[in-house]
Amino acid sequence: MPDIQVAIHLDHVSRHYTMGEAVIRAVDDVSLDLPSGEFLALLGSSGSGKSTLLNLIAGLDRPTSGAVIAHGQDLSKVSSLELARYRRQTVGMVFQSFNLLPRMTLEENVELPLRLAEVDRSDRAARVRQALERVGLDKRIGHRPSELSGGEQQRAAIARALVNRPGILLADEPTGNLDSATGESILTLLREIQKNPGMTIVMVTHERPLAERFADRLAVMGDGKLLSNGAGR
Amino acid sequence: MKPRDLGDLAFRNLREALLRNSLTTLGIAVGVASLVAMLSLGVGLQQLAAKRLSQSGLFDSVFVTPRMNLRGMGRAAMPPPSDKEPRLLDEDALQEISRLPNVVEVFPQVRFFTEVRYDGKPFATMVAGLPESSKSSGSFDGMQGSFFSSAGAYETILQSEFAKELNPQTSSLLGKELVLRYAERQSLPQIPADSSASSSPNSESLPGGFSVVPKEMRLHIVGVVDTEPAAGFGGYGNGRLLIPLQVAMTLRAAQVNDLRDIVRGTSSKPTFASLTVRAKGPSYVEALEASIKNMGFGAFSLLDASKSLRIFFSVFDLLLGIFGSLALAVATLGIINTLVMAILERRREIGVLKALGAADRDVKQLFFVEAGVMGFVGGILGAFLGWLIGRALTFGTNLYLHRQNLPGVDISSVPWWLVLGAIAFAIFVSLAAGLYPASRAARLNPVEALRYE
Repeated sequence: MPDIQVAIHLDHVSRHYTMGEAVIRAVDDVSLDLPSGEFLALLGSSGSGKSTLLNLIAGLDRPTSGAVIAHGQDLSKVSSLELARYRRQTVGMVFQSFNLLPRMTLEENVELPLRLAEVDRSDRAARVRQALERVGLDKRIGHRPSELSGGEQQRAAIARALVNRPGILLADEPTGNLDSATGESILTLLREIQKNPGMTIVMVTHERPLAERFADRLAVMGDGKLLSNGAGR
Repeated sequence: MKPRDLGDLAFRNLREALLRNSLTTLGIAVGVASLVAMLSLGVGLQQLAAKRLSQSGLFDSVFVTPRMNLRGMGRAAMPPPSDKEPRLLDEDALQEISRLPNVVEVFPQVRFFTEVRYDGKPFATMVAGLPESSKSSGSFDGMQGSFFSSAGAYETILQSEFAKELNPQTSSLLGKELVLRYAERQSLPQIPADSSASSSPNSESLPGGFSVVPKEMRLHIVGVVDTEPAAGFGGYGNGRLLIPLQVAMTLRAAQVNDLRDIVRGTSSKPTFASLTVRAKGPSYVEALEASIKNMGFGAFSLLDASKSLRIFFSVFDLLLGIFGSLALAVATLGIINTLVMAILERRREIGVLKALGAADRDVKQLFFVEAGVMGFVGGILGAFLGWLIGRALTFGTNLYLHRQNLPGVDISSVPWWLVLGAIAFAIFVSLAAGLYPASRAARLNPVEALRYE
């Protein structure tokens, strides 16, 4: 049994794809423990397997072998319905391209996870406002994503990821589409979120200097393998 | 996801691709309209036929004869044989049958040959007594003149062919008088047994027979009916000179069965050759027929013909429904196409929904609701369009009939069950069409969907 203080436990996790006769080892025998409340930066070049590993932790994909244990739940063994519940309740996701639904207002975008989690309508408005206040966008509640800057869109995406009060926040290149100043402000926000509610954060990035400044720990991947796993700041 | 949230998202998605979804919905509407129009035609024609036949009294009537009468005429095989003794069809029998449940009216068949004098010339013809209820039979719709002013009026309606014999300009006959010459039956006193020539030792007395006295009466011509009335199965159908039944009965005109009754010596009271018994509706006829047979009379109806008619219309409706459904089948392909296109367009969105925690079931339900909404709206619109097409068909038909100097008819009917059935069918078909796209959307790999540009 993994330690209760360990938010994420990866035990010899592999994810292989077959393309014709070739086997692509996107993630190859990775083992890693992430204590609760830690900010981990996953670094590596393109195709190193960091996003695939993040998807496995997010419950969007299943490992070919090994075990992904998050908050005591072995994601490789649960049903697809339980995996969906895990994504709703335990993790929040932030993407490089924000992935806000363009036809919805900020309020509606942030409300979406609450709808999926079947939260009472009466509670939703307050929780949406609270999440948007947290990222400083409560004045833009009725705006559509196209009316916001990239930084604001990423903040809105963070609000959406937080609204269901998950224990783990997963960020896939959250600064990839932003200028350096905005990227820095986003990482500052993530750092605050990590401290304030006490959240475990896994961030995929290839910007080492930023990762070194904000993350507690850096894990470097190459060719699907974990190359190094050391302290950050 | 809760149903309300599912509905909200589905409506939002449908609004996004408004033109495409509207066109798909219109496709469903056209399909449903075609189905509704076809079935409304089937239902309308069935109702029209049923109404006409019901009015004619053919399918809600039982024709009653004295059982001995038919046996006497060599028709021994009257199915089914009753264990009751054969009885006479007299006034007592008429009253007894009138008291049976679900009987609307009982009237005798009064028909006799006569000579008519009009404009000084004699014409031989058949007189038939017409019950008051035949006024609403539909047989007299569009007649020249009018129906009898009262049940006891000394008036007559002429069958058009006979009217033409009197005067080719039949309309000029209206309001004129004609003289009816007939043979009145006058009963004689009973003959005591000892004075009888009969050798029967059991006879106490014999009916006294009757004498026949020539009589005349004047009748006002109030109407000329164009077609041979089909009404009054076994009643006045063959009459060429129609008079109120009440008048016909008071005439006590000698009829064919009078001689037979005298020879048989069965009764001193006058009997009827036959009675027509009208039930409340065709559904009561079978039981009524059985009851009358049980009373010791011969009885038959056109129930079997009515059943055949119902079978015919069921098959007719089925065929119309199949043809009407073809358009709906094409519309189904439209739904599949629209939803498959929506999956391609919303691939990334489906990925986001899954990343945020949507289960496969949520995605499937979302697509199902979208298909169902299109089916529901298309169904309502289609039912309305189908009704409009039916009205247009009726209008066009009536325009044609009007030009042919024929009375108008309602050939289409859209009852509530058809409206609700069509909407339910549209929803069902739409959901069935959404089955494949919804499953496909639900099976989308979220990682691949999120990568989709």
